[in-house]
Amino acid sequence: MSALLQVEGLTVAPAAQPQRLLVNNVSLTLQAGRTTCIVGESGSGKSLTALSIMGLLPPSLQRRSGRVVFQGNDLAGYSNTQMQDVRGKRIGMIFQEPMTSLNPVLTVGYQIGETLAFHLGLSGRVLQARIAALLEQVGIPLERAGSYPDELSGGQRQRVMIAMAIACEPAMLIADEPTTALDVTVQAQILALLDELKSRMNMGMLFITHDFGVVADIADEVAVMFRGEIVEMGAVDKVLGSPQHPYTRALLDCVPDVEGKKPLKPIDYAWLNGAAA
Amino acid sequence: MSDIILSAQNLTKTYKQRSGRFGFGTTLIKALDDVSISVKQGATLAVVGESGSGKSTLARCLLQLQPLDAGQVQFEGRNLAALSGAELRAARRHMQMVFQDPFASLNPRMKVGEIVGEGLLIHKLGNAAERRDKVAAILQRVGLSVDDMQKYPHQFSGGQRQRIGIARALVLEPKLVVCDEPVSALDVSIQAQILLLLKELQQEMGLSYLFISHDLRVVRHVADEIVVMHRGRVVEHGGVAQIYSNPQQDYTRNLLNSIPGRHRPAVVTT
Repeated sequence: MSALLQVEGLTVAPAAQPQRLLVNNVSLTLQAGRTTCIVGESGSGKSLTALSIMGLLPPSLQRRSGRVVFQGNDLAGYSNTQMQDVRGKRIGMIFQEPMTSLNPVLTVGYQIGETLAFHLGLSGRVLQARIAALLEQVGIPLERAGSYPDELSGGQRQRVMIAMAIACEPAMLIADEPTTALDVTVQAQILALLDELKSRMNMGMLFITHDFGVVADIADEVAVMFRGEIVEMGAVDKVLGSPQHPYTRALLDCVPDVEGKKPLKPIDYAWLNGAAA
Repeated sequence: MSDIILSAQNLTKTYKQRSGRFGFGTTLIKALDDVSISVKQGATLAVVGESGSGKSTLARCLLQLQPLDAGQVQFEGRNLAALSGAELRAARRHMQMVFQDPFASLNPRMKVGEIVGEGLLIHKLGNAAERRDKVAAILQRVGLSVDDMQKYPHQFSGGQRQRIGIARALVLEPKLVVCDEPVSALDVSIQAQILLLLKELQQEMGLSYLFISHDLRVVRHVADEIVVMHRGRVVEHGGVAQIYSNPQQDYTRNLLNSIPGRHRPAVVTT
């Protein structure tokens, strides 16, 4: 079975400092209908990995090397126009802050319709019917189509973002900390929704998070990033159940457990640098 | 009753919010609706709730940073509302606050030594040399160095800034510290450092904490007692073990069931 997405040796550095590797030789594979989580702390390179896959790196950063093979095609050879056709149509994207990703002066129904009109050329009744179907899929009442983003709650806005991301039935979904700004009960609902959509539409999901609890709930495979590198990767039960790399173990020791039984242990970086060397 | 350092009875606070298309209408929002709590000497009371539950309003009203519509707050048995301005300022020395955002809560134009020492200056504690020594000592205690007094906040990481915020609160040797989401802006490894530091300082200095948080995993580790807030009301109150193992209210149960990863047992690796 060929992988939906195969990333090989991806390396990203600032154009001005080519030796400073923000993403260093990252390789990972994503299968259809599966979820891979990239987990790491701020600055570990997890978001840059996702941006680089989508060809959305800011101009100050450069992809130094590596291949991103999606559905058998190397995206590195794609022009901007070709990438526009991939993004939003074959790869859906969801970001952390739904308020900054939505246009405040357009109704949410219009914004969902924009994606469909641009990529699929839908219009008129067909477009309206599709918007209604998408809203239903993400659990937003149809009358909300005429609402503006500020009239919705944070969870509803993220549902709108999800509707836009899945509008063209993409083969893959990239979600970058999609529940970080949400309350815990809303987070649980959104995670359940994403998981259900992933299974129903047989999407591959690349899910970026800093929260091991979220990883435990949603991941099939997990990649742990530290200082630009993937230090450990594998099935979620294996990585969380018997972590092999010293950083993974140290990071898991910092996570408070719900039972309150496990003593918190901050990372001893001096020890870690010795252990990793 | 002498082991209660802070108590509040029947606190009520209502905000007016403009509503409607052009803001012509007003809606009343009950941020606090008949809230009563008490903090025991040397212990940690955690207030948990989702956004809009009223937990931050509660913190601000307890410290008289915002006026209450109704209700009473007693600190060491004294009704705070009945104190004069000068008396309230004097009492504030013993009630300090640590804020959520270590970026917004430190004045970028002041050196760290000035930020941490400002409280001593305001309360006229000691002469210049004594103040300097106190600031140096507390900075070292929270894991920073004496040289850091000459630096500005932007020269520090988020975790270090939170240490500065803790030093600023503790240099006055307060009795009660209100921590409003003190670790929610931090990475999990930094979060663990700060939580342990707060716990150590509590034991050393005999501090009482009112700990406000939305994170039920963090609260499990720091709290002795928990108050669960929802829409301005206290929906449940109890000891930490009891709330987590035997919640009485549907809202609390829902909150606990929503904790990510809760169905996977913790791995102790070392």
